[in-house]
Amino acid sequence: MTGRQEIDTVALRARYPEMFDRPASARLAMPAMIVAAFAILVYGLVDLDFSPSRFFAGLNQLGWISLMMIPPDPGSSLPIYLKALGETLSIALLGTTLAAVFALPVSLLAARNVVPSSILRFPVRRFLDSIRGVDTLIWALVWINVVGLGPFAGVLAIAVSDFGAFGKLFSEAIEGADQKQVEGIRASGGSALHEIRFGLLPQVLPVIAGQVLYFIESNTRSATIIGIVGAGGIGLQLAEQIRVLEWQKVSFLILMILVAVAAIDFVSGKLRFAIIGRRAVA
Amino acid sequence: MTVAVSILPEQQLAVLNAAYRQAVARKRLRLLFGAVIFAAALFLAAIGAEVNLRTLFAHYGNFLSYFDRIFALDNGQRVWTDVGEWLWGWRKWLRMLGETLLISYVGTLIGATFAFALNFFAAENTSPSPWLRFTVRRLLEFARTVPGIVFALIFVIAFGLGPMAGVLAIAIHSTGALGKLFSEIVENADMKPVEGIRSTGASWLSCMRFAVVPQVTAGYASYALLRFEVNVREASVMGFVGAGGIGQELVVAIRKFYYSDVSAILLTIIVTVFVIDISTGWLRGRLFGRETRT
Repeated sequence: MTGRQEIDTVALRARYPEMFDRPASARLAMPAMIVAAFAILVYGLVDLDFSPSRFFAGLNQLGWISLMMIPPDPGSSLPIYLKALGETLSIALLGTTLAAVFALPVSLLAARNVVPSSILRFPVRRFLDSIRGVDTLIWALVWINVVGLGPFAGVLAIAVSDFGAFGKLFSEAIEGADQKQVEGIRASGGSALHEIRFGLLPQVLPVIAGQVLYFIESNTRSATIIGIVGAGGIGLQLAEQIRVLEWQKVSFLILMILVAVAAIDFVSGKLRFAIIGRRAVA
Repeated sequence: MTVAVSILPEQQLAVLNAAYRQAVARKRLRLLFGAVIFAAALFLAAIGAEVNLRTLFAHYGNFLSYFDRIFALDNGQRVWTDVGEWLWGWRKWLRMLGETLLISYVGTLIGATFAFALNFFAAENTSPSPWLRFTVRRLLEFARTVPGIVFALIFVIAFGLGPMAGVLAIAIHSTGALGKLFSEIVENADMKPVEGIRSTGASWLSCMRFAVVPQVTAGYASYALLRFEVNVREASVMGFVGAGGIGQELVVAIRKFYYSDVSAILLTIIVTVFVIDISTGWLRGRLFGRETRT
C-alpha cells in the first residue's frame, strides 16, 4: 500500500509538472491579488470617511427609522399613491415600447451580418455605447429641461436610455441568427429588404419580444426612481415623504412598489413563456 | 432542370389548402387580438403618463438646442476649440470620479461578501433548513427590488450626507442581486463532492468549504466583476440625493445651467464607464477564459 503511494506521487509529479511545480509567479498571483483588493478596500473606507462611531450612530438612527415605519399606513393619500403607481407603470410600458420601436432599425445597422462594413458599424456602436453609459436618472434631468417636470419627461428618459441597451441587445440577437435562411431568400432572388423581412426577422422577433418584456419588467423598477428627480411616478411621492420624514407612508409606498414589481414579474413571465416558450428558449 | 414535382389531384389539394388557410387565419386573428390589447394598453399608458405630443413638438427644438448649448462655451465658441477652458475643473472632477469608483468598489466588495455568506442558505441544494432558505430568499429579494437610490435617500438621513450612505446603499442592493446569482451557481454545482465529504463525517460548514466553494469561486468572481460595472453607473447618480460621487457636481451643473460643465462631466463619466467596461471585460477574459463571459 505505502509503496504504491510513493510510486504514484513520483510518477504523478513527473506527469503533471504544471500541477506540482508551478512557478512562483503563478502561486503568488492569487494571494497578491487578495492583498491588493483588501488594501484598496481599506484605503476606500478611510477615504470615504467611514468611522465606527459614525457607522453605529447611523445604525442606531436606522433602527429608530425602521421602528417608526411600522405599521405601514398611507394616511388619507391612498388615491394619490394609486394614481402615481399607475403613472409609473405607464412610464415603463410607453418608454420601453418607444425604445424598442426606434432601436430595431438602428440595431440592423449595428449588426455584422446586415452591414458588413465595419466603418459604417463602428460609429453606430459607439453612439449606442455612449447612450448606455449615461444613467436613466441623468437622461431624466435632461428631458425635464426640455419638456418640463412630469411623467412625460420620464417616458422620454426611459426611452432614450433603453434605446442604447436595446440597440446592442437586438444587434447581438440578429448576429446570432442563422444565415442559411437569409441565403435561401437571396438564392430565390429576394432583395436586401426581403432578406431582412423574411430571412432575419422571423428568427429574431421572438427573442426580441422576450427581451422587451424583460425590460418592461426591469423598467418598472427604474420608473419608480426617476420620480426622485421630478420626472413623475411613485418615486416623486416616495422622495417627498422621505424628505418630510413621514416614515409610515414611506414604508407603505415601498410595499406598494414591491407588490407592483412582483405582479409585473408574474405577468410578463407568463407572457414570455407564451411567446417563446414553445420554441427553444433563446 | 426537369425534376417532376408530383401535383396532387384537385380534390385533395383543396382540402389541404383550406386547412392551411384556416391555420394561417387563426394565427393572424391571434396576432391581431394581441396587437389590439397592446395598443389599448399603450393608449391607457399614454393618458396615464400625460403624454402630450404638442409639448414634445413645440419643445423638440429644445432637445436639440440643449445639446447645442452644452457644447458651447460662455463666449459662444464650440467647446472643442478651447479644451482647457472646457475641462477647467478637471482636477476636481477627477477627484470626484475617483470617489465614485471607490464607492462602487467598496460597495461591491461588501455586497459580495454578504452575498457569499448568505447564498448557501438560499440555494435549494445546500440550505440546512427550508425555513432558513425562505427567510434568506425573502431578505435578498427585498434588498434587490428596492432600488439602490431609495436606500441612499433613507441612509442619507440616517448616516448623514456623504459617500458613506452611497456605499451602504450600493452594498445592500448588490447583496440582493449577487445573492440570487450566487445561489443559482450553487444550485448548478455538482453534488457528488458534497456527498463524498459528508460521508467522511464532516460538518455542514466543511462540506461547503471543501466541496462547494472550489466549484463556484470562478463564477462568483465573474458575477462580482459584472456587478462592479453596473455599480459604477449607479454610483455616478448617487450624488443626486447627496450620497457622494460625481453626481453631486453633475446635478448642480444641470440645475444651474452651467452648460459646458454638463457636457464636460458627462464626457468624463462616459469615458470612465467605457474604460471600466473594457478593463473588467479584459480581466474576466484573462481570469476565466472566454466561455464564462455571459
